[in-house]
Amino acid sequence: MVNLLVNLVNGLSLGSVYAIIALGYTMVYGIAKMLNFAHGDVIMVGAYAAYVALRSLNMPPLVATLIAMVVCTLLGILIEKTAYKPLRQATSLAVLITAIGVSYFLQNMAQLIWGATPVNFPADFITLPSISLMDGKLLIEGATLITILAGAVIMVGLTLFINRTKVGKAMRAVSEDRGAAELMGINVNRTISITFAIGSALAAIAGILLWAKVFKLEPTTGALPGIKAFTAAVLGGIGSIPGAMLGGVLLGVIEIFGRAYISTALSDAIVFSVLIIVLLVRPTGLLGKAVREKV
Amino acid sequence: MKKKNIISRFWIYLVVIAFWVICELLISQESLSPVIQNQLIPICCWVTMAVSLNLVVGISGELSLGHAGFMSLGAFSGLIIAGWLQNAAQVESPVARLVLAMLAGGLIAGIFGFLIGIPVLRLRGDYLAIVTLAFGEIINSLIINLYVNLDQGTLYFKFLKGRGLPGIPLLAGAQGPDNISKIALVPAGFILVLLTLIIVNNLIHCRTGRAIMATRDNRIAAESVGINVTKYKMTAFVTAAVLAGMAGAMYGLFMSRATKPTMFRYTKSIDVLVFVVMGGLGNVNGSVISAALLTILPEQLRFLNDYRMLIYAVVLILMMLISNNPLIRSWMTRVKENLFRRNKQTPSVPVPGLDDQKGGGRT
Repeated sequence: MVNLLVNLVNGLSLGSVYAIIALGYTMVYGIAKMLNFAHGDVIMVGAYAAYVALRSLNMPPLVATLIAMVVCTLLGILIEKTAYKPLRQATSLAVLITAIGVSYFLQNMAQLIWGATPVNFPADFITLPSISLMDGKLLIEGATLITILAGAVIMVGLTLFINRTKVGKAMRAVSEDRGAAELMGINVNRTISITFAIGSALAAIAGILLWAKVFKLEPTTGALPGIKAFTAAVLGGIGSIPGAMLGGVLLGVIEIFGRAYISTALSDAIVFSVLIIVLLVRPTGLLGKAVREKV
Repeated sequence: MKKKNIISRFWIYLVVIAFWVICELLISQESLSPVIQNQLIPICCWVTMAVSLNLVVGISGELSLGHAGFMSLGAFSGLIIAGWLQNAAQVESPVARLVLAMLAGGLIAGIFGFLIGIPVLRLRGDYLAIVTLAFGEIINSLIINLYVNLDQGTLYFKFLKGRGLPGIPLLAGAQGPDNISKIALVPAGFILVLLTLIIVNNLIHCRTGRAIMATRDNRIAAESVGINVTKYKMTAFVTAAVLAGMAGAMYGLFMSRATKPTMFRYTKSIDVLVFVVMGGLGNVNGSVISAALLTILPEQLRFLNDYRMLIYAVVLILMMLISNNPLIRSWMTRVKENLFRRNKQTPSVPVPGLDDQKGGGRT
């Protein structure tokens, strides 16, 4: 019973990270209709930025997080302006290949700057004390708690932002019909840039939260969490923001439970099998809208 | 007119054969640089991979990100069969072992292609892409946990833990294969490429190929004239899987002990996709050339060390930006029209990308 709770808490924590990354994927997909394969590498850059701020500049953790967010936001906007914006009219495959190019670029740039050998993300980064529940049987680490809290805050905040603010409304409008939104006087290019900025800032937070528990950071480590978060976004229905949250949390819980009760070696296979099974039953994901094809 | 068509369809065979003859001559005189000689079989494998993926992505119009998974299946089933033939069945001739291993690799990959195709081909666009990627990753994590031993002619399979199996190990999970000699041959590589070209070109230019392209261009219209969409998409998917499996078996028997399950992850599928897009979607000849060039090029750029992949990335982005620039595009079309002015039947219609299938809200 206690074991189950521990796994659930760990699952929720990993799921929150996936959800935060998946939000970036799904927002970009919803608005720009592109699979941003470089998103996983933005996470990695965010983690490296925080690492440099913490280790070399001796910044306090909160400031380091802010620096990482600023770096990633600028990076996201830069990528969007230089690589994706000229391809608005191109086929989705051309955009996909460009995104892959950006992903290679970021990985190799990181390797040139920080080297290929893994660096250790500071372990004492999150200084929150652990909480023990049920007479010390259930011990929740500070990092785990922070991750879940951050995930919840981001999800609520983003939902409010999308539904209540003017920019959020513009984002929804662009994702529904770009042409009509433009006719209504919405600055589509600016809206897309804002989306990339938000997605990348979230990626920075996700990167820090992820490596606060994983520790080993190297230029290629962003790819797999990126792919898993992408899976989470598709699981929830790509383009749907509540879907990304649900998909992310579910995927994290499934992965931890799979590791604990089935096999560590097969945890990736379990995660991807769940995706396939869900898509067989609901071809557009859990919360995705089925679009009717007009003839 | 007809003569020109024949040339435009068959020049790639001549190029491949000429390249083969030149390579054989250079090898026999021992004047081919060892770097290139070592690259010949991988080049043939990647060309086969690119052509077969082009059948799925370019001709059939389904974005598959799990093509390397079929290569992996082919590689490891081919290796196991070759190991059995070598150690138990005592087949002396390496050519016979290679051919049988490649057939087995193709068969296994084809069976899995069919099984995976049933659920996958029901999906559309980006959902299909992520599910093929998922299947590729599942295949990878299953093979990485597979242990195969050979004892007195019997193959013993075990999952997750390799200890306790009798006999000699053929495949040891993440450590890869063992006790299997390298039997891949350069001529076999070129024959594989030629075979792939013949199969894919014939498929494209017959009734089936036209049906496949019709379902790509407009699924609803194709269905309305009685084309069985699933059947034709499956034909393309399984053919591509079989070819990828054969390429995988060749690659596995070239690398032998150096073959690792992690070599065939989704990043490899993406590399092959880059070959296909660079060569031109739906353009089989383009795939051959781009796969060959993009396999040799990074090896030749070794002197750039750390900057090698960075340059590759920048070139990739620039190529996409330039080839999709509206001004350059229209200029290219004009140049092409001027070149082929006399040949009025040259189709100048670009192959529609996967754009058409996304969202599905087309009117």
